[in-house]
Amino acid sequence: MAIIGIIYAMFNGTMEQVNEALFEGASDAVTLVISLASVLVFWLGMMRVAEQAGILRGFAKLCRPVVRRLFPGIPDGHPAMGYILANFSANLFGLGNAATPMGIKAMEEMKKISKSDHASNSMITFLVINTSSLTLVPTTVIAIRMEYSSAAPTEIVASTILATFITSVSAITIDRIMQKSRQN
Amino acid sequence: MVEWMTVISIWLVPVTIMMILIVAIIKKVPAYEVFVEGGKEGLKMSISLLPFLLGMLVAIAILRSSGALDAFISLLQPILSKVGIPAEIAPLAILRPISGTAALSVTTEIIKTYGPDSFLGRLASTMQGSTDTTLYILTVYFGAVGIKKMGNALKVGLIADFIGIIVSVIIVSWLFL
Repeated sequence: MAIIGIIYAMFNGTMEQVNEALFEGASDAVTLVISLASVLVFWLGMMRVAEQAGILRGFAKLCRPVVRRLFPGIPDGHPAMGYILANFSANLFGLGNAATPMGIKAMEEMKKISKSDHASNSMITFLVINTSSLTLVPTTVIAIRMEYSSAAPTEIVASTILATFITSVSAITIDRIMQKSRQN
Repeated sequence: MVEWMTVISIWLVPVTIMMILIVAIIKKVPAYEVFVEGGKEGLKMSISLLPFLLGMLVAIAILRSSGALDAFISLLQPILSKVGIPAEIAPLAILRPISGTAALSVTTEIIKTYGPDSFLGRLASTMQGSTDTTLYILTVYFGAVGIKKMGNALKVGLIADFIGIIVSVIIVSWLFL
């Protein structure tokens, strides 16, 4: 990507902007990591407490029937399930900053199962569900709509849920088809 | 429905924290010590994430500032409009999986220009809400645990994003026209 951009800049005469953007992008990343650090430290601390208290395991057991279908690669009662569930529920309620730490923990647990640096099927399924977004109430969008005096800022909730649902289902389906072709 | 969803969202985090701590006390877990241990892990994780995020954000910044991304968008616009995606929406459709902040500013721009209750305003709102920044999610999650071979994750994610865009167009036209 970077190479394409730089070559394009040569012909387009936008080298100066590229130079600027380079370091802006770098400092953006640092800012992002610092804000990510605050939620990561807090939530991973909290989740560690939950784990030690046995809450996570209970949670995983509770939701096993649903998750087992989606993630056949994860053994019963494995902590990965608890984290996956925590990530999904945080996403559903629009708590993006709580969802990321849980998701990372889920990935870590799944890595313990696969023991390689290749993405496992469960990981891909998990990420594909995440990228298709699980939001029920898109708070940011509603806020923007309110700012530009929409008559009904929340009217897009129904269309968003419907679109999210269809996208997630098709993402899971595509993932399944790809999994099959990978194995063959 | 939306009101109580907002209430749940606000209550969920504090109540969850309270429940975790109560159970910890009952089970006699040394909550503070364990919390600090887990927190340290979080700090380590965010530091190890920095190179991944920096690499991705710099590459995207170069692509955007050089004008290559805009050229790519104008190249794709006629193709996208053939499948029924309005030309005004095309930039959002392409930016959404690549950059969260860029997509959000495009959405804001569309809502500002065409009005939140116009067809384009509603479509942009739905698109913004119904998919996520695929590239960012893959970078963070795979980066954090050190996965080097992503498999089909990117491909599946991008195909799903494309479906999401088409589906948004269909749903918004069907619900609001």
